[in-house]
Amino acid sequence: MLLSSLIILPLLAVLAVLFCKELKQIRVVAFIGSVLQLGLVAYLLLGYNIVGALNFKHEGFLLEEDYNWFPFLNIHYHVGVDGISMAMIMLTSVIVTAGILISWKMKELSKEFFILLLLLSASAYGFFISLDLFTMFFFLELAVIPKYLLITIWGSGKKEYSAMKLALMLMAGSALIFVGIMGLYYTTHSFDLQTISQTVIDPEKQKIIFPFLFIGFGFFAALFPFHTWVPDGHSSAPTAASMFLAGISMKLGGYGCLKVATYLLPVAAQYYSPYIIALSAIAILYGAFATMMQTDLKYINAYSSVSHCGFVLLGIGMLTQTAITGAVIQMVSHGLMTALFFAAIGMLYERTHTRQVKELGGLLKAIPFISTVFIIAGLCSLGLPGLSGFVAEFTVFVGSWQRTETAYRIATVLSCMSIVVTAVYILRAIASSVLGPLKNEHFFNLKDAAWNEKLAAVLLLAGIIIIGVMPYLLQNFITDSTVNIIHHLNGSK
Amino acid sequence: MNYSTAIWIMLLPLANFVLLGLGKKYLKNIAGIFSTILLFVAAAIALNIAYHYFFVDGKQNGVYQTINVCQMHWLSFTETMNVEIGIQLDALSVMMLVVVTFISLMVHLFSLGYMKGEERYCNYFSYLGLFTFSMLGLVVATNLLQLYMCWELVGISSYLLIGFYFQKPSAVAAAKKAFIVTRFADLGLLIGILILSFNTNSFHFQTIIQTLTNTQSPSFISITASSFLGMSTLTWALVLIFIGGAGKSAMLPLHIWLPDAMEGPTPVSALIHAATMVVAGVFLVAKLFAVFAIDVTALNIVAYVGTASALFAAIIACTQTDIKRVLAYSTMSQIGYMMFALGVSKYGSEEGLGYSAALFHLFTHAFFKSLLFLCAGAVIHLVHSNEMKDMGGLKKLMPITHIAFLIACLAIAGVPPFAGFFSKEEILSAAYQNNKTIYIIALLTSAITAFYMFRLYFSIFWNKPYQHHHHHRGEGTITMKLPLIILMLCAATVGFIPFSEFVSSDNHPFHSEIHIGFSVLPVALGLFGIAMAALFYFKQSDKPDKIANSLQVIYKAAYRKFYVDELYLFITKKIIFNCIAKPAAWIDKNIIDGCMNGVAFVTSFISSSIKNMQSGKVQQYALYFFAGIAALLVTVLYVWK
Repeated sequence: MLLSSLIILPLLAVLAVLFCKELKQIRVVAFIGSVLQLGLVAYLLLGYNIVGALNFKHEGFLLEEDYNWFPFLNIHYHVGVDGISMAMIMLTSVIVTAGILISWKMKELSKEFFILLLLLSASAYGFFISLDLFTMFFFLELAVIPKYLLITIWGSGKKEYSAMKLALMLMAGSALIFVGIMGLYYTTHSFDLQTISQTVIDPEKQKIIFPFLFIGFGFFAALFPFHTWVPDGHSSAPTAASMFLAGISMKLGGYGCLKVATYLLPVAAQYYSPYIIALSAIAILYGAFATMMQTDLKYINAYSSVSHCGFVLLGIGMLTQTAITGAVIQMVSHGLMTALFFAAIGMLYERTHTRQVKELGGLLKAIPFISTVFIIAGLCSLGLPGLSGFVAEFTVFVGSWQRTETAYRIATVLSCMSIVVTAVYILRAIASSVLGPLKNEHFFNLKDAAWNEKLAAVLLLAGIIIIGVMPYLLQNFITDSTVNIIHHLNGSK
Repeated sequence: MNYSTAIWIMLLPLANFVLLGLGKKYLKNIAGIFSTILLFVAAAIALNIAYHYFFVDGKQNGVYQTINVCQMHWLSFTETMNVEIGIQLDALSVMMLVVVTFISLMVHLFSLGYMKGEERYCNYFSYLGLFTFSMLGLVVATNLLQLYMCWELVGISSYLLIGFYFQKPSAVAAAKKAFIVTRFADLGLLIGILILSFNTNSFHFQTIIQTLTNTQSPSFISITASSFLGMSTLTWALVLIFIGGAGKSAMLPLHIWLPDAMEGPTPVSALIHAATMVVAGVFLVAKLFAVFAIDVTALNIVAYVGTASALFAAIIACTQTDIKRVLAYSTMSQIGYMMFALGVSKYGSEEGLGYSAALFHLFTHAFFKSLLFLCAGAVIHLVHSNEMKDMGGLKKLMPITHIAFLIACLAIAGVPPFAGFFSKEEILSAAYQNNKTIYIIALLTSAITAFYMFRLYFSIFWNKPYQHHHHHRGEGTITMKLPLIILMLCAATVGFIPFSEFVSSDNHPFHSEIHIGFSVLPVALGLFGIAMAALFYFKQSDKPDKIANSLQVIYKAAYRKFYVDELYLFITKKIIFNCIAKPAAWIDKNIIDGCMNGVAFVTSFISSSIKNMQSGKVQQYALYFFAGIAALLVTVLYVWK
């Protein structure tokens, strides 16, 4: 029941919110719900790290629950965690809590807003803990609709267009995934992740199924050239939804690429690896260069997400243990960092009513806390040691360098170059929005962050710093699970 | 002795950073005193460790030992490739510990007065703490990853401190430039680290050095056997690492950030951009010197880049009018000396004279250059300008600063018996033994050095009488004068330390002597430079302008720093920005996104054009039905044939 309660808790909170009357009650209920999730995840983590009760070293999953909920088609509600999903759950719980805190003053249709946020979190948890492909797909789909609504109703800018684009592109991705899952089902007659992984699938069939799954999940993970929903979608979404989108949604894709496509179809993964590498190296550099030209803070972060998520796919495509571990760390790190970035941008926007870099300037003097958060998020994005981004990128680099083929080396070097381009656009953004002379006299009267915003920022910052300073905490249990994937990959050669 | 107290040298500045960063509200008024005391303790511990390391424990079998004080598991990449961060003490890092903590302490003291009344007083000391912590972490690093991390952290502290006056656009731009240029160089370091660690399966210095100096080991064979574009993998790795070092140490052509970095508060320039951070590149090459020594190509590149930088910077320094920029170019030139000294050196105790000389120069340079900067700070504090033309005749107003500056100038010009003389002599004799071309350029540079330093000295303290007496504030508080006096004593005396008996390339100390016959020429050249400077700048005259006019083209080129900045601007703005970034953004918006929108458009077009088909009119359906049948019939008949 422990894992299922991750899904049940948000749903209970949704129920409770339905009975609430005004914003004050709603947000408290939602907050309590999220804190309970956070507590539960902390309990699981403690179980792993301190008591050692959870040990991912042996093959397989922990805390499994299995109910056959549609016997006719052999569909199970089968959940369980390994190190990788553990990391993702942790990320989700932190971002959900921070997102709810950031939306503390969401006056417009507040009940619906918080319900959608909680539903999103329930579906994200459901996706990460599912061991049954059908259940997994079910939760993946469940996550798309709330995003559409969140953007169309509470968004800004060309929100209808962006919401439609996001929903359609993600649906297209889902359609591909669905075809892929069906392909797997008709070759193995099972939806179960473990069962399929133990079945030997004909390499030719793998090569047919793999692109559907990888590109399908790639839509979610901003695989080049299917990333174009990212900038528009992120930028039009309200702050909390942006945090969810970039922080969790894109990770659904990365997780799927790794745990479904690569894990279940190892031969095809090796076959397609050069193409994945090429596309992700392009995404990394090209996303970074495209970011340089953006003038809207949210677009800057959204494009930089394309670049950073390229590292996730690069790590997965390299198929070495170190690189895959790096990819997972990058998922967590990017989730936290980008959520923090969006939170900071949201706070700035709420006060200054502009996100245009040119209209901002000198905010460090007026609103020091928010500006500092913004700077730290930027520094994490450019891979400053001591913050999580560095650990993730460096691990991916070390892992990528282990592939000695010339083409892989070139891709690695090109990806390494992004550290320079990232520094350029991040420092430009920082320099022109929070440093320099105060652009607008009104900015002097701005109020710095309120307690809820501070708490949200501190929560995300804590995650970033803990991973940055003590990466072994996270890396230990991720490695335990990536070792399994690598065994599986090598076993199938 | 147990060296575990070394941890505190790290932790105190870190605590300073964290406490002042978080507790700004409560520590606002005592921030300066607080961090100075913490740093005083750290410096005391460092001196104590140095004393024990060199004198109490000393050599064993004639070799200084390498001690791993502590190690902590940090990350494991594979089962066999783990990274432990920790503290490793050898002669080089103990020496650096002393330099960093001592200079940092002096700068803290000086800042107490210099930064008084500053709005972000607390932030300033907090950033200094971050810098000191990361710099110390760098010098005691046990492995390349830790070094790289601290390398980036000193970069960011430098960024924060250059941009300390964040409301000044020029300061923000300078900070950005410094970070980005060094980041570009760090790319080389990063790839170099990837190559070395992959080939030796370790990040740890000891393992890397042991593996690569053993010519029988499979790693050595594989790394030297494979080649890429005509250089072996090892050469590539070392050259890339050197690029990282050259970026941090402002070597040609990655030096463009250093003069701009002078936008930061002057004590910061003294600490970061003169004494400690900018010599990190020298430290890096020295740390991996055993590996560099087996690769002649890489070592030659180090030597020639160093020589070129030394001469190039010295020429520019003669034409600059901003006193801090003159000092910045002089720093670059002096680091060039250290680099080529490493480049001409060999591995081994006596053979490694260049190695010891380079670090000796690093050591003495830290004292006299930080002293020069602090003096410049005191001068700027008084006249509120960086420009030479606003100064002159200050010797009566600031007697202590005057003497201190004079001694520092004599030291850098290599006049005996001041500190710079001894280290420069060793460098020159190492160059003389190994490479005559470099020796001649170095001689020439030392004459130019003496000239521009005394040009600076005479223009500040002599030349014309000082006009603006009305806002005379004297030399500042006692906390500003004290560091000047202490550093002045150091700059005058540290040259007498028999440095090669402490630090040497293989930790095998040896005795080196100054040969009087050999030193005559460099000293004479130095004195000649000083005389020339006196001729031009001792009294106000139009002689400098005349010379400048007669050498117009060269003078202008040097004044404009040989147009390197413009070249960079062209490459970044015109080529990278317009030819890569702009097209990337355009393609994304119009082509890739255009395709996605196109798919959506085509879909909606098709659906809207065929939606009328389902009109509910039976006659229409019947028509479609028969049309379909007819079409099928035709097809079938056609195929049948």
